[in-house]
Parts: sequence; structure tokens; C-alpha cells
Amino acid sequence: MSSIPSGPRPKYLTVGRIGMYCFILVCALFFLMPLYVMVITSLKDMDEIRAANILNLPKELSFYSWPKAWSQACTGFVCEGLKPGFFNSIKITVPSVIVSVGLSAINGYALAFWRFKGAYFFFGLCMFGAFIPYQVMVYPLLKIEDALGIYSTLPGIILVHTIFGMPILTLIFRNFYVSLPIDLFKAARIDGGNFIKIFLYVIIPMSAPITIVAVILQVTGIWNDFLLGLVFAGRDNQPMTVQLNNIVQVDYGVAEYNVDMSATILTSLVPLFVYFISGRWFVRGIAAGAIKG
Amino acid sequence: MSMKSSVEVKNISFSYGKTEILNDLSLDIKEGEFMVLLGPSGCGKTTLLNCIAGLLDLTDGQIWIEDDNVTWKEPKDRHIGMVFQSYALYPSMTVEKNLSFGLRMMGTAKDLINEKIKKAANLLQINELLKRKPSQLSGGQRQRVAIGRALVRDAKVFLFDEPLSNLDAKLRAELRYEIKKLHRDLSNTMIYVTHDQIEAMTLADRISVMKDGLIQQLDTPKQIYNKPANLFVAGFIGSPSMNFLNAKFDKSNQNIIVGNKQIDISKYENINNMINDQKVVFGIRPENINIEKNENSIQCKVELVEPMGADTLVWTSIEGNPISIRLEGSSNFNLNDEINILFDINKSSIFDSKSEERI
Repeated sequence: MSSIPSGPRPKYLTVGRIGMYCFILVCALFFLMPLYVMVITSLKDMDEIRAANILNLPKELSFYSWPKAWSQACTGFVCEGLKPGFFNSIKITVPSVIVSVGLSAINGYALAFWRFKGAYFFFGLCMFGAFIPYQVMVYPLLKIEDALGIYSTLPGIILVHTIFGMPILTLIFRNFYVSLPIDLFKAARIDGGNFIKIFLYVIIPMSAPITIVAVILQVTGIWNDFLLGLVFAGRDNQPMTVQLNNIVQVDYGVAEYNVDMSATILTSLVPLFVYFISGRWFVRGIAAGAIKG
Repeated sequence: MSMKSSVEVKNISFSYGKTEILNDLSLDIKEGEFMVLLGPSGCGKTTLLNCIAGLLDLTDGQIWIEDDNVTWKEPKDRHIGMVFQSYALYPSMTVEKNLSFGLRMMGTAKDLINEKIKKAANLLQINELLKRKPSQLSGGQRQRVAIGRALVRDAKVFLFDEPLSNLDAKLRAELRYEIKKLHRDLSNTMIYVTHDQIEAMTLADRISVMKDGLIQQLDTPKQIYNKPANLFVAGFIGSPSMNFLNAKFDKSNQNIIVGNKQIDISKYENINNMINDQKVVFGIRPENINIEKNENSIQCKVELVEPMGADTLVWTSIEGNPISIRLEGSSNFNLNDEINILFDINKSSIFDSKSEERI
């Protein structure tokens, strides 16, 4: 091809580009492989699984492991499948997300706009809180909840999730609000807004992107949590992850790998679903909070 | 404009931590007066406005609005309306909701709100925009809405914080005219912060020129332009700016000496306040230099010509100091032409070198 340079520059396939595609392909395969194995294993019957061709497609599709994982598999002494765990997880996640996101938004708003005395100290405290591994606080918190009489109850586990979510969420909200033009806040004060009114009428309507980020973080975090659910939820409120563990860790009988796989996929569906529907918002929210406004 | 005070700033101080922004500043603004706070960035003018609005807490002093000590009052209780450089319209609300927000917060009756919005919208010609969101408006339209928001609140005092700085030159001139008209029609007290001297000159009844948190001069635009109180004001006001020559006063000949040139200043109004050998800065505006030949004129060479349409700016120099001369647009000069220039001493300003104060 020969010509005088004119118009759009022609695009060539460079070595760098080929390398990039290869890299992307390898990454995709790397992450898809386990999912592939999980899905096909869940669709095999036990005889075929024992044949040990882990990567082969099932010769005959069998779906029985799915309903079994959902409603019949044994989690300890009861054999009701994951269903009760699913509803427990919803009962834990929904209030925890609402309370922690709501409180963090108010905290972030106060930190960003109402520079009270000690605000910087509080800000530092949040930073500190966000980076402490929560395992070190499990035992003291357990004693506190026990003293309050809410240990091993639904409110108990909700409180724990709210407490652990708030430092990082407060920081996220604060950083987002700091990026909003301060003049808006000033105008609202002159227009007669007080602390609550400005938050409700001016700040909340602008908080959609960051709220979505916070909700995604909290939903996936709380749904995937195992340790806190195991320790604080109590026998009646065990979340799905704890029950999944009970299904998989059988001490007696036969390990039904197809049921284990179905149960695992079922448990991870909620976070997956949340990412799929909100991916676009997630990126937008991260950008809005991180770069600048 | 009456002689009654509308806004009184009494000995206020303000600091951010240890950084002192305002120190013992006082300002008395009359009812119906258009006061412009003018100064370079960082001079404290916006801080002063925010203090008047109640958005910042004073370190010391008092603020009075309409014979009412509002020092400890919330911004909403000060009967003020404020217009911001960034417009600060609530992005999630329509223009109508933006305008009515303040009234709704106060719990005003719906009929009254509608009536007030209608009136303000008519005045600012934003009737067609009422149902739109701020993001669907141009910069000029946004600023009109922002002014409207102050209008509907029946504010006694309007505060403007560089309202035109984000607009392009044409729109700025247009809205400047509108604000001036608004003041003529409403005759509210207005306090207007800007760093743009044209805005200050055209709008103000009085200008308060500020620097480093201090008021350098408080006077009418005319006085400030013609009789700047010190070297800073003289240099800050006027574009192209005033020409300055470092000189020494020779009492016996009533001359000032610049290098080996002499300029007769016997006609200067305050010449009697000057002492022999006093070091001074001689200031003269470009339009107060004439091309004229007589025994007092100075001969020099044209070094640069800037035609600006209405006028032409001719640059030359005296003893190495650049001098600009503003002439008619039709005047015709070429590079290296020999010219004789004559200063209009009546309109010149002379400052003491040390104190930088006007003599």
C-alpha cells in the first residue's frame, strides 16, 4: 500500500496488539476454567464423576444435583438444603446494607461539609478502622454482644456487619462528597436548609453513583462473609455460606461432588448477579469518587 | 441611595488556623448601595463576603445587617441572597424547583411561591426554562437562574461572588448590563466580589480595593481611577496600566528628575507636600500623555504600535522605562518614528517611593 498520508491513519495489527489479545485470552481462560469445571460437574451423575474425567463434558445430562442442593442436602443434622441459608442471608444482608450505607452516607456528609472540631481526628480514625483486620476484634465484640444479650441473634449479626462496614464506607462517601462543589452546600445553607434538610433534598439526589458502589461492596461483602456469620449469627440464622460449608465438609457418607458444585454456584449467584447488572455503575461510581468532580 | 447603613462590618478578623486572612477590617455599606470588593486572588475579598453571608464564623468582630446584629445568626436568617461563580444550581431539580427551594424550606404557601417565581422569571426572561434541568442550560442561562434564586427570596442584601467569571467575554458584558439594570430597578443593597476591574468600574457606586486582607482604598470608581491612594491601587486599576517612572524631586526647579531627563511638575496639586530630594514614583495613565512639542516635552522613539480598534497604543520608553500612550484609533505611527510627548501633570499621580502612598 502506497499513498500520500491523507485522511485517517491506517490501522496495523502490531506485535504489541497481538500480545495483548493473547494475554487477555489466557486471563479469560484462567478464570473461566474453574467455572467450567463447576458447571459440568454439577450436571454429571456420581458414576460419571467417579470416572474422573474432570474436563470432559457430561455424557448424559442429569439435573438432580440442583434441587438436591437447594432443598435436600444435609447441612449437619438437618437435611433441608441451602434454602433456609439463602433466606437467612437475605435477612442478614438487606438490613445490614441499608443501615450501614445510610449511616455512612450521613457520616461522610458530615465529615465533608460540616467541618466540626475533631473532624480530622475522626477521619483518621476511620482510616485506621478501615485497615484493621477484623479478626482481632471478633472476640471482644463477641463479649460485648453477649453482655448486651444480642449474641447469636439476627440483630447481633446485623450490628456486626454494620460496624465493620462503616469505616470504609464513610471514607468512600466522604471522598465523594468532598468532590462535589462546596458552593452547592453554601447555596443550600443560604436557602434555609439545616443539617437534615440539606442532606435529604440536596445531597441524596446527587449520591446515586456512590450509593450504588457502596451497596455493591456491602452486598457482596456481607453475602460472601463466612467467619462473622459462623461466629455471630447463631444456629437459627446461619447464612448461606456457612451452610454451604456444612454441605461440602461431610464427615461421614459419600462426598457428592455434583451437589457440592451446584450448591457453590447457587451461593455465588447473588454477588454475580449484582456485578452483572451494576458493572457499568460500579466503574462510573469508582471514577466519580476517586478522580475528581 | 440613602445614608442609612445596610450592612456594617465592624472590626472583623478571620483566620484559617494560624493563617490570618482578615484583620480588624471595617466596612460600612449604605442602603441601596452597589459595593464592589475588588482585588487580586488571595486578597480576602471572597472571605469577607462569606463572613457577611454567615458561611464562615468570625474570629473577632461583628456583622450588622439592617440594624440587626447577625454575627451569630445562620445564613438563612440574614435576609441575604447569594450568587456564586459556579452557579451552584441544584443539579437534580428543575429551574422552577431551584428557584422555589428556599421558599419551600421556609414553608411559604404554594400560591405565593408561584407568584414570586413568575415575577422573577419575567424579570430575568427565563420563563421558557422553568421546566428544564440545570444541565440543559447554557452558562448565561444558569447564572440568570442563580440570580433568580436570590431574587425570589426577597433578600435585603444581594451577595455576588465573581458571578461572571465563568462566562465568555460577550456574555459577561451582557449580564453585567443586566445586573446593573436589576440594581437600578430593585435598588437593593448589593455586594459584589470581582477581580475584574471593568466590572468594578461599571457596576459600583463605591469600590473597595483590597490587598492582603486590608482595604487599600474605598471610594467611587472615578476617584479610584483618577486619584489612586497608593501605588498598588494605581497599578491594579486601569488597562493598559498606569506608567510609572522612578524619580527624584528637585524643589528649586519644581522638577522631578528621571535619569538625565527633567519633568516639570509645578502644576501638581500637592507639590507643597513634597520635600527636596524626595524619592518618588511618578505615575501617569496612557491616555494622559499627549503628542505635542513644547519646551517641556520629551523626545523619544516609537518602539511598538498596538492598534486596538477604538484606540491605538503606542509604546516608547524614557530612560529605559517603558511608556504606553493611548491615542485615537485613527492615528498613524510607524516603528522608529520620532515623537515628542507631553505629560498632563494635572492628571498625574505622584507617590512616595518608600511609603508608596499618594502625595
